[in-house]
Amino acid sequence: MKKFNKVMSVVMASAMTAALFAGCGNADAGTQTADSAPAAEEAASETGGDTAAAGAFKIGGIGPTTGSAAVYGLAVQNAAQLAVDEINAAGGINGVPIEFKFEDDECDAEKSVNAYNTLKDWGMQMLMGTVTSGCSIAVAENTAEDNMFQLTPSGSAVDCVKYDNAFRVCFSDPNQGAASALYIGENAIASKVAVIYDSSDIYSSGIYEKFTSEAANQPFEIVSAEAFTADNKTDFSVQLQKAKDAGAELVFLPIYYTEASLILSQASTMGYSPIFFGCDGLDGILNVENFDTSLAEGVMLLTPFAADAEDELTQNFVTTYKEKFGDTPNQFAADAYDAIYAIKAAGEKAGITPDMDMNAICEAMKGAMTEITLDGLTGVGMTWDASGEPDKAPKAVQIKDGVYTAM
Amino acid sequence: MKKMKIAKTTKNNLITYLIVLFAYLAVQVLLATGNISSLMKGLLVPLCIYVMLAISLNLTVGILGELSLGHAGFMCVGAFSGAFFSKCMDGAMPDGLRFFAALLIGAAVAGIFGILIGIPVLRLKGDYLAIVTLAFGEIIKNLVNVLYIGKDKNGFHFSMKDSISLHLDPEGQVIINGAQGITGTPHDASFTIGIILIFISLLIILNLINSRDGRAIMSIRDNRIAAESIGINITKYKLMAFSISASIAGVAGVLYAHNLSTLTALPKNFGYNMSIMILVFVVLGGIGNIRGSIISAVILTLLPELLRGLSDYRMLIYAIVLIAMMLLNWSPKAIEWKEGLKRYSKKEKGVK
Amino acid sequence: MSFISYLINGISLGSVYAIIALGYTMVYGIAKMLNFAHGDVIMVGGFAVFTIVSTLGLPPVLGILAAVVICTALGMLIERVAYKPLRNASSPLAVLITAIGVSYLLQNVALLIFGANTKSFTSVVTISPLKLADGQLIISGETIVTIITGIVIMVCLTLFVHKSKAGQAMLAVSEDKGAAQLMGINVNGTIALTFAIGSALAAVAGVLLCSAYPSLTPYTGAMPGIKAFVAAVFGGIGSIPGAMIGGILLGIIEILGKAYISSQMADAIVFAVLIVVLLVKPTGILGKNIQEKV
Repeated sequence: MKKFNKVMSVVMASAMTAALFAGCGNADAGTQTADSAPAAEEAASETGGDTAAAGAFKIGGIGPTTGSAAVYGLAVQNAAQLAVDEINAAGGINGVPIEFKFEDDECDAEKSVNAYNTLKDWGMQMLMGTVTSGCSIAVAENTAEDNMFQLTPSGSAVDCVKYDNAFRVCFSDPNQGAASALYIGENAIASKVAVIYDSSDIYSSGIYEKFTSEAANQPFEIVSAEAFTADNKTDFSVQLQKAKDAGAELVFLPIYYTEASLILSQASTMGYSPIFFGCDGLDGILNVENFDTSLAEGVMLLTPFAADAEDELTQNFVTTYKEKFGDTPNQFAADAYDAIYAIKAAGEKAGITPDMDMNAICEAMKGAMTEITLDGLTGVGMTWDASGEPDKAPKAVQIKDGVYTAM
Repeated sequence: MKKMKIAKTTKNNLITYLIVLFAYLAVQVLLATGNISSLMKGLLVPLCIYVMLAISLNLTVGILGELSLGHAGFMCVGAFSGAFFSKCMDGAMPDGLRFFAALLIGAAVAGIFGILIGIPVLRLKGDYLAIVTLAFGEIIKNLVNVLYIGKDKNGFHFSMKDSISLHLDPEGQVIINGAQGITGTPHDASFTIGIILIFISLLIILNLINSRDGRAIMSIRDNRIAAESIGINITKYKLMAFSISASIAGVAGVLYAHNLSTLTALPKNFGYNMSIMILVFVVLGGIGNIRGSIISAVILTLLPELLRGLSDYRMLIYAIVLIAMMLLNWSPKAIEWKEGLKRYSKKEKGVK
Repeated sequence: MSFISYLINGISLGSVYAIIALGYTMVYGIAKMLNFAHGDVIMVGGFAVFTIVSTLGLPPVLGILAAVVICTALGMLIERVAYKPLRNASSPLAVLITAIGVSYLLQNVALLIFGANTKSFTSVVTISPLKLADGQLIISGETIVTIITGIVIMVCLTLFVHKSKAGQAMLAVSEDKGAAQLMGINVNGTIALTFAIGSALAAVAGVLLCSAYPSLTPYTGAMPGIKAFVAAVFGGIGSIPGAMIGGILLGIIEILGKAYISSQMADAIVFAVLIVVLLVKPTGILGKNIQEKV
């Protein structure tokens, strides 16, 4: 009897799996643009030399769309789709439309590699991803092996662009840490500084380390440096109390806005009001649904993107994004939007065609990336060098009356 | 009578080995003919890892009869010790030998942790034991996240605060960088190695189950007091099962570390979520049924990947499938119904 | 002075854990199952209040009432569909895994409905913070309300369990299901009632958790759920005052550990203390010592 159950369960499970597998072949879930020819369904051959369906570039994206980091992945997915749609409406790259497909990695390096392989099976020719640093490092290993062109919108850890096929749109972590220390020092904003960072996050601890080492050369002193972890990020009373006791005039927050919004509200409850200073991760704090923006009054941040910027490009992007997806884009969205346009610019420079295989595209794109200049949402006149790092200037902004004002 | 029984278990075990062998050969044929997608190719090593984790946890849960929610902790220990060794020795010894040594080190360190944790934990019972194993798993993950080890010409430097306090020489190298973990572990894992390790794990576990020691362990599970009364050393056998289970998980961890170039201890991969995930494999495959664990580990690892086409709905469907499968497999009513169906199916009658 | 301030913050955090742990412990005591989905019911409660108060603009009282009703219904539904069929399964692990499935399900449904973006929760507490010692010590309104609510709930539950007929039935079912049934107690009804109460408590906990720490995502409930589970075990699972004490102690240890040992290792410290307590007293602080019968 027991055996029957076992057999039954296996049969059941495999039947479900099989049914679902069969079902997913034609359920490519709205991420694709309208492609005229049916996509080639055959599996990718080992050399990666397969070509895409006639007349379309296949660009893949990877990021977390479920799990606790889903907010970043979804922003990238939406904004990239927006850029792809715009480009296609305007005639595509070299007159060829783009097909875009985005895969979930749940912010797990292992799942990210799975997502990459799924996209390869689909026939991806260029990768716009991954969203998070840890996953980006893992996937970079595979793209380097396959010689696939990779442009990460927001993978900021140093190792993300270790190989010559990988580029990024955002700043690297050390770059932001140093820039923040330099800014605070040069403008003499404070003499006693406290840091609250997420020690379990690569982005946050990367910035913190560089900030601390750069601070040694600056005329301010770090009086308290307290960490929190991904499992313990609701109560910040201790970290704030320590900063307060140490007499810090400025609290540096190299973290994401989700936690920062909690820190701001807890600081206000305990009657502590230093200057809060953050990096690009803090962008988005004003758009947290239902957030009392008066709490963020006076917060300073170095960010390449501000959703409230007056320029036409940003305004158009923000309006369209809001219309389509119902919320205000954050810096991740902006990075992704720029990433797609950078691919377009480099693709046009290199004169790539959809019948080239991914190696040929990668070789052509590698060179072209260093030659383009892009005026995007996250910077005007962005250029890249062969190391994969972008060259752009961070903007320092301060929140006044609930909006960003340039400083 | 006795002979018959032994023959039956041997036959049963043989089937398990053959399934693994057959799966290996089938994949090799597919690889050789190029009929396998990149996704499947990328999944081969993770599948081996999860199979090893599932069968090793089954030793604790099914054979020893104790609920452990900290299995991922042992995997974490194995992964970090193995990767640490590989990073230190990279280039200093031949790759094959180094990886082999890393596997041994991972197994040994995880086994030692198994004993260290097992001594206090195994004194507790039932849900209390479960929560303490969960606690240990979380402690391991948390400590690994604040561990900084660097190397320069003066030797190793160690810190629990941040990498700056390591005070390395300019040319020194940070090997374990706290939350950023270990990056650049050599990519040594392959499907063949994974299958060999599964075979070794199976050999160890299946032989243990059918040995004198294994029967002693199962007698503790079935009736601790009776086992004690006939002179079985409870602590020894409990620790034996627990530490073997831990070392196999450690080996799986080493494989994990050498499959990805980045190793970080996140809630996702080494937290209680992963421990629970492995427990799901075990329970769904049948508690104490090693072959069932293998099959369910494979199916449940593939399921979310195969559901990718459903994008936003895939984790939702995964959850529903999980609940449905549990209800169908374990609910007394469903079992009764299935048995009834089987009994009456010949008469072609729908029977409640 | 900072020590007292840490202590107050610890009690504040602990009282939230305590209310969640009360729900955990009730369900465990009667159904003998670890309800991993409890934390996610809290999240549902939070979203219910958020939708009604912030999105629809209705008064908070209505929001809390609705949250309680929704969570109670949800808890009973989960019990009926997912847990009850497995009550007599051959292994207690079956229902544990199903609970995990329910937890994933609730998280992903919330993700699809509300999206992954963090929502900022408007506190339902309007009491202004208490300032002591020239503003050196500040006790927030949320803390005061949480502690009072916790104590009131604890007292009510204790009275209910020991004085009312339904409560006595619960005790009987938790002691021996078979015997209770023989005595004419409706076992299914009693277990359903327990889940209803546990889920109603989860709704209240959700409101208080989100008021004290005003951020809401589909994953908000997961970690507090685990911590509260630890708190319940800490105090002796199945014991109502134990859950309260366990929760508050856990909060204090967490905050003091963060303050005086390492802010990165707060969880490791909490779990280490739990292990030590369980090794000294294997059934928790107020847990009953059950003698094993041959």
